[in-house]
Amino acid sequence: MNVVASLYAERASRRQDPLIAFNGATLRLGGKTIVEKLDLEVRLGEFLCIVGASGCGKTTALRLAAGLYRPSEGAVTFEGEPMTEPRREVAIVFQDYGKALLPWRTAAGNVSLALEANRMPARERTARVEALLRKVGLPGHGAKYPGEMSGGMQQRVQIARCLAQEPKALLMDEPFGALDAMTRQGLQDEVLSLTQASKTTVVFVTHDLDEAIYLGDRVIGLLPHPGRIGIELDVDLPRPRDQLATREHPEFMRLRRHLFDFIKATEH
Amino acid sequence: MSFARAKPLLLPLALLVTLEAWARLTHLQSDSLAPPSAVLVALAEALADLSIPTATRDTLFATFAGLAIGGAIGLCLGIAFGISRSFDRLMEVTVEAIRPIPSIALLPIALIALGFGYRMEIVIVAFACVWPMLILTRSAVRSIEPRMIEVSRALRLTPLQRITKIVIPAALPRIFIAFRLAAGIALIVAVTVEIAINPIGLGAGIMLAQQALRADLMLAYLLWIGVIGYGLNILLIAAQLRLFGRAAVTGATP
Repeated sequence: MNVVASLYAERASRRQDPLIAFNGATLRLGGKTIVEKLDLEVRLGEFLCIVGASGCGKTTALRLAAGLYRPSEGAVTFEGEPMTEPRREVAIVFQDYGKALLPWRTAAGNVSLALEANRMPARERTARVEALLRKVGLPGHGAKYPGEMSGGMQQRVQIARCLAQEPKALLMDEPFGALDAMTRQGLQDEVLSLTQASKTTVVFVTHDLDEAIYLGDRVIGLLPHPGRIGIELDVDLPRPRDQLATREHPEFMRLRRHLFDFIKATEH
Repeated sequence: MSFARAKPLLLPLALLVTLEAWARLTHLQSDSLAPPSAVLVALAEALADLSIPTATRDTLFATFAGLAIGGAIGLCLGIAFGISRSFDRLMEVTVEAIRPIPSIALLPIALIALGFGYRMEIVIVAFACVWPMLILTRSAVRSIEPRMIEVSRALRLTPLQRITKIVIPAALPRIFIAFRLAAGIALIVAVTVEIAINPIGLGAGIMLAQQALRADLMLAYLLWIGVIGYGLNILLIAAQLRLFGRAAVTGATP
């Protein structure tokens, strides 16, 4: 038997199938092409960050992955199946927690909504909700309404609601964009430890390049009008990441420089 | 009671006193006016001999039954129209053709079809209540934050869950305002039907008093209807505050 051929076969079997795949996905809305021929594979268990100038279609790409949009051409697949509508295994965290949470439901009630959608019996829900709130650092805050909570706490509630779906992939659309720097750093580390512990695949959209490098295993930079992939960087920084040490790492500086140059070039 | 709180009452009181004095000084003989004291006496008598309580029961029964039926129809249609643009387009001409018909204009048909009594009155009140509920519910549903609808899709709520858990609670504060509006209209229409033709309730009471040339009793009925309308509104506002007070306080009302 051909040694080379058997080697190839072995490699192919070891290579993991992507969890989410964009195959030439194009989306047109109202005659405008928002993203064009996007080819992208999200590997199982990875933390993928997508950056780009505003209007480059990064949020749109995320919505395609969530099944909230259907591609006009091409396909988006989840575990090989076409993603034509939202699925339980894929959860999405929106940036505007103020609009994504139901103001008439308490924190516990908001988390419970995801369980109600999955038809979990009421008596099991209470304990599950409490466990989820503890997981995101909000033990004992279940009876509060979103209007009575800080932005950071509200975003934690939304994350808990997404975790209630027990997703394989967590999509996050600039989740910390509206939060102050200290809250943001705290939540970055919590999202890292939560998703690493459960080996959840994450696709994280942000316009903050430092945040993308700090969190990601891989960073994709999009080019605008129409949105397409312009750069792809592997982030070879040791885990667990540390707010001080990681950000002072020479590799962090190098990647940051690289990414800044890319974004700057797209702005002309 | 402090002076500031009594202030709004000053003008009506002064008017009543003036009217009373004028009526007594001129020895008023009128088929349409009576001194306030005589109106109060007539009101007390009619309350005591149960004619006003009975009439009130009849009118309120028709009002609430019509409000419940018409309100429910308007609510369901409003939600359906608000959710589905294509359904709204489909029904647009039909709705816009029926809506401008004054509810009272249905009186002759309703009378032939259903005869005198509660049923005919309830149908006309219900017809009048459908429209404010429909129009305001539709706009309330349409103005729901699109992000919330997206959340319901992302969480994969069933269509029924989406309506009961997202759409109705989100639109409820505005739906309740529509309900208050419809309640006011219901009372007006009920009394109008009674004045026009139906021999029951407060409207019929006014007509009887008029035909008996009892200006004092007629005005007593009028005063009483005002009290009922005022009381109804106070009740609904209190309910609204109780139900949505918290949402309003935290500024979270959509």
